[in-house]
Amino acid sequence: MSMGSDMYRQQILDHYKNPRNYGDLDDPTFSHVGENPMCGDEIKVDVLLEDDGETIEYAAFSGEGCAISQASASMLTDELQGMTLDELDDLDRDDVIDLLGVDISPMRVKCAVLVEMVAQDGAAIHQGEKTSIEKTTTE
Amino acid sequence: MSSQTAEPFDVERVREEFPILDREVGDGQRLAYLDNAATSQTPDRVIDAMSDYYRGTNANVHRGIHHLSQEASIAYEEAHDRLAEFVGASGGREEMIFTKNTTEGLNLVAYAWGLNELGEGDEVVLTEMEHHSSLVTWQQIAKRTDADVRYIEIDDEGRLDMDHARDVIGPDTEMVSVTHVSNTLGTINPIGDLADLAHEHDSYIFADGAQAVPHQSVDVEALDVDFYAFSGHKMCGPTGIGGLYGRKAILEAMEPFMYGGGMVRKVEFEETTWADLPWKYEAGTPLIAEGIALAEAADYLKEIGLDRIDRHERGLVEYALDRLQEFDDIEIYGPPAGERAGLVSFNLDGVHAHDLASIMNDHGVAIRPGDHCTQPLHDVLGTAASARASFYLYNTKDEVDVLVDAIDDARQLFG
Repeated sequence: MSMGSDMYRQQILDHYKNPRNYGDLDDPTFSHVGENPMCGDEIKVDVLLEDDGETIEYAAFSGEGCAISQASASMLTDELQGMTLDELDDLDRDDVIDLLGVDISPMRVKCAVLVEMVAQDGAAIHQGEKTSIEKTTTE
Repeated sequence: MSSQTAEPFDVERVREEFPILDREVGDGQRLAYLDNAATSQTPDRVIDAMSDYYRGTNANVHRGIHHLSQEASIAYEEAHDRLAEFVGASGGREEMIFTKNTTEGLNLVAYAWGLNELGEGDEVVLTEMEHHSSLVTWQQIAKRTDADVRYIEIDDEGRLDMDHARDVIGPDTEMVSVTHVSNTLGTINPIGDLADLAHEHDSYIFADGAQAVPHQSVDVEALDVDFYAFSGHKMCGPTGIGGLYGRKAILEAMEPFMYGGGMVRKVEFEETTWADLPWKYEAGTPLIAEGIALAEAADYLKEIGLDRIDRHERGLVEYALDRLQEFDDIEIYGPPAGERAGLVSFNLDGVHAHDLASIMNDHGVAIRPGDHCTQPLHDVLGTAASARASFYLYNTKDEVDVLVDAIDDARQLFG
């Protein structure tokens, strides 16, 4: 099979059809939005930190998009629970693609990494390490 | 129409002129190229025209006295005449400016005319189905000149609401800029009627022919437009070249768009006078090889017959609509068969257009997902993206079947 079909393994489709952590948090510590202009996909990530202000207690996402961006958001928000903001910051695009467990065709990498960029920008803005921006964009 | 042009052409023979159509993609899938609204493929004779020029004629144009420059100049200048004739401009080269593409044609008029002539209270009328090349250009020029932009709405089937057009086009209208054929809906707009409306109110009309000129016989004088632009790479020509028709009297009066060599007659330290049409609008060394190859592409299409190409594509889109309408989980945008050009945009329930395009690609099918440079239109349609299959003279019903099979595969995978 070629790369494209390989992208749509059962795990990806399962997360797309039954996304984990989907919705809005009532009282998030921080929240951030991003978009992939190529697809028109938009994702919001809500993060609730534990009392230490460093450890992620819960992360949720909302928005619409392709299977790759939605599955990636579902899996990453799962992964974020218990992670510290430093650990989140250390993630790179390969980590998310590893999480997806499939080869992502070059044109679709932006779909896969959108949620990670949104979470990282949200955290950086929350910590004052980055000036506030309305929206993260993959382009 | 002669009996010869009434006959359908032999698609397999046409395909032989396009070697790229024989290649395989992915893991050995046969290519079904259905992305022609984005760019068309190039027949051997156009590729040959380009390489022959570089191998045998290459020289800079206009000013050269030497043999090669003369040959190149004549070929380049005549290419203008051939394109003018191709779109029905009786003024020949004086009414045919070579540009980079349709976008540049729009920008040329927006800058050279709009920036100088528009002002507060003036209105530019567009449609909801404009390509960004027109919409963004006029929107930004209007901002800079304090003019207003108004949009003619579309009805539920993607046709222009002509009652609304009559409301919107009025005494303050200075420019009506409309797409001839929608690159997203496939709608063929009534350019002649819109030209009448524009002219009743002493407005100019600019028609974007990017999706029309490659596929149907266009006569700018019958349409009665003031400006008409098209792109070479969508009509079997090379990238980087397009044409802008303009009425001679308007082009003579208008300011230049770009300044530099080639577009001047007499230059002094303080003053400059402009070269004759169309060179006044072609600053710098022009796209010589591309222009010559574009004329070859126009000749090629003319020999096949635009009416026959149009009929072939309408047959394909009718077949595609029939096949797609078998399924109630497919939403199709735009007017019914018979009213539309050879493209169809659609969405499959529950599958994002980008996922659909990825799965199509596994079947060797090249379609385009996304907003097709019509984001505001997609807002009207209520979707961020759609999948678009667009046909040309070398496509076949078999390729439509492959497309439908690929959609079914996506349906199974996501179902």
